[in-house]
Amino acid sequence: MLNRSKLFAVLLICGSVLTSSAEAKKLNVITATTDLAALAQEVGGDKIDVESIAKGYQDPHFVEAKPSFLLKLRHADLLVVVGLDLEIGWLPPLITQSGNPKIQPASSGYLDASQFAEILEKPEGPVSRAMGDVHPLGNPHYWLDPDNGRRIAKGISNRLAEMDPSDAAYFQQRFQDFDKRLTAAEQNWDAQMKTYRGRKIVTYHKSWPNFAKHFGLDVVGYIEPRPGIPPTPGHTIDLIQQMKRDNVKVIMVEPYFDLKTPNNIASATGGRVLVMLPSVGGEKEVTDYFKLFDYDIALLKKAFDETK
Amino acid sequence: MKILVFAISLFASQCVWSQDQVPASAAALSTQASAAQQSTDDKVKALEERVIALEGQLRMLQSKQQPVEPVMNAAAAAPTTQAAAAEQAQTAVANTQQPVYGGATGQAKALNPDISLIGDFLGAVGHNTVRPVPTLEMHEAELGLQAIIDPYARADVFISFGEQGVNLEEGYLTFTSLPGGIVARAGKMRAAFGKVNTLHNHVLPWTDRPLVTENLVGGEDGIDDAGISVMRAFQGPKGLYIEGTGQVFRGDSDELFKSVRREDVSTVGHLRAYKDITESTNLDIGGSYSRGHNDAGLLLPPQFQNDFVTNLYGVDATLRWKPLRRAIYHSFVGRTELIWSDRQQLPSAQHAFGMYASGDYQLARRWFVGARYDHSERSREASLVDKGGSLVLTYWPSEFAQLRAQYRFTNYAEGQNANELRLQLQFAMGAHGAHPF
Repeated sequence: MLNRSKLFAVLLICGSVLTSSAEAKKLNVITATTDLAALAQEVGGDKIDVESIAKGYQDPHFVEAKPSFLLKLRHADLLVVVGLDLEIGWLPPLITQSGNPKIQPASSGYLDASQFAEILEKPEGPVSRAMGDVHPLGNPHYWLDPDNGRRIAKGISNRLAEMDPSDAAYFQQRFQDFDKRLTAAEQNWDAQMKTYRGRKIVTYHKSWPNFAKHFGLDVVGYIEPRPGIPPTPGHTIDLIQQMKRDNVKVIMVEPYFDLKTPNNIASATGGRVLVMLPSVGGEKEVTDYFKLFDYDIALLKKAFDETK
Repeated sequence: MKILVFAISLFASQCVWSQDQVPASAAALSTQASAAQQSTDDKVKALEERVIALEGQLRMLQSKQQPVEPVMNAAAAAPTTQAAAAEQAQTAVANTQQPVYGGATGQAKALNPDISLIGDFLGAVGHNTVRPVPTLEMHEAELGLQAIIDPYARADVFISFGEQGVNLEEGYLTFTSLPGGIVARAGKMRAAFGKVNTLHNHVLPWTDRPLVTENLVGGEDGIDDAGISVMRAFQGPKGLYIEGTGQVFRGDSDELFKSVRREDVSTVGHLRAYKDITESTNLDIGGSYSRGHNDAGLLLPPQFQNDFVTNLYGVDATLRWKPLRRAIYHSFVGRTELIWSDRQQLPSAQHAFGMYASGDYQLARRWFVGARYDHSERSREASLVDKGGSLVLTYWPSEFAQLRAQYRFTNYAEGQNANELRLQLQFAMGAHGAHPF
């Protein structure tokens, strides 16, 4: 009898150790980009470990498929991708070679965030590479609209809840809190940008359609003649003329593009080159999704005010 | 008069009363209107959200490449007895006798594999009598078909159409969902021997392959055979990535390996260590071994035909630099491979050594320069040594086309020198392939 009670006690201790270790286990989330990592962190809180493969100051089209990423992917419970073929040049071989069944496409640990977001610039009619490196499913830079940020966060929160039902309420609560803070921040951003609605701008790559739509900016031209094709002298001259004609003074450039052509265009048109951040982590101080918009909007406001 | 005064006062009071009332009722009305407006806005917003969600679901359905359900059903409905299997086969035959036109073509297209084609056009001027190549040559058009097969595997097939005919360059199934982090492959594939052997022509930084590949590792196709491969990655100390690969092949690879009996399989083992030195710089080191029967005994009596074996040993090192903020403009890859070949043959075994060292620097978004040094003995006659060097200039009109010029000097063992200018034009159509690392 004594033995049996001892055995029971041992089992109880083992059981409690096991449950506590199970409770302590966090979901391991890997995201393709820093923005998705920031949104996952907002809703996952301390119940997840999250890490992004690409850095915020890196062109997300051209990330190297380094073997060191394989090890991260191998231990991932959830992989969140931007989708719309943004990562097609580097992520598929990493997923295949990761040897992790959980994150293979269409598995429960693979989440394509584009399914939650409003997608713009979906090409109509026939698509060919004469249009440059076009994305047939639509523009993949969709996270730059705070409304899409909210939708993605909700999608991630729901998936986390499915994967870890015991913490479903926690993820739901975190999302509601994020939603509240985002709504307040959005009102502030919208108010700041209100006076600049309809202002014309030029961007380097087609990275900003969702941002421009949300804040009512009018993108009238691009420094790239076609997506993924570097600037050509002929196109640059045309762009300078167009900017002079339309009185466009603001040129938005992503941090991974060369500034030579944008600077030349700016000096020819009396415009201003802004190194705008398309992603969290583009600068050291931009550590979360809110600071990304704070940073970009402050830059834009200053430039608009100074180039009236 | 009294009546008039009363009427006027009544009218006036009514006017005053109505003046008092107008703003109040207007405010009430406007409150109601704004409430209605708010509720309409909310409804529109809710509808907008639903449309966005539905569009997303539609995109997912359209781009879904995995027939998860049918596969599961097929597995569940797997015939349990021979009779059932026969019956099912008959049903399948009966079904195929009634072709279905149209119908599910839209859905079926969504499940088509990713198709790509890479064209490789070569030109050469100059003098080379030892290993001449044509002036102009549509060297190959490589058709790639890639798809996810089911929740457990994907397939990659590369068929090369060249001037010598059609060749299945690679065609293999990769099992992505094995336990223990193991990635297995079965089919015909380029063996994991060193670096260059694993690379297709169109991802090489040159128009040709190094002399050591030609002399010791089976030429352009290299070790490319039907077999099975098992790979696993390990986390080493201090962020070191370690990858081990073991492969077994039938034993037929160009002039390198020749199997006479079924048990004359060839083997390849590869151990790789990778380390990120900084965010921009990394080092990749590998060791390879391969063993297989060669063709030295083919003319001998049958009992001696499989007595001759070739052992290959290789060491490779790659240093890469790519600053992340300017990744599309500047990069450097320095690489070397050292290969030793032990070939049993009559009258005596040959121990040959060969190597190359190369560097490729990206000057601008579209421009690359490179150089390569070659030195290799020949596997069948190790006393014969070929040496050479190349300078390479590459231009990318876009990510999907490439122009390359390579000046190549070769000092062949026969005592002849060859000075050549080789030109290459490559183009890619179809699905965007992954960039090799």
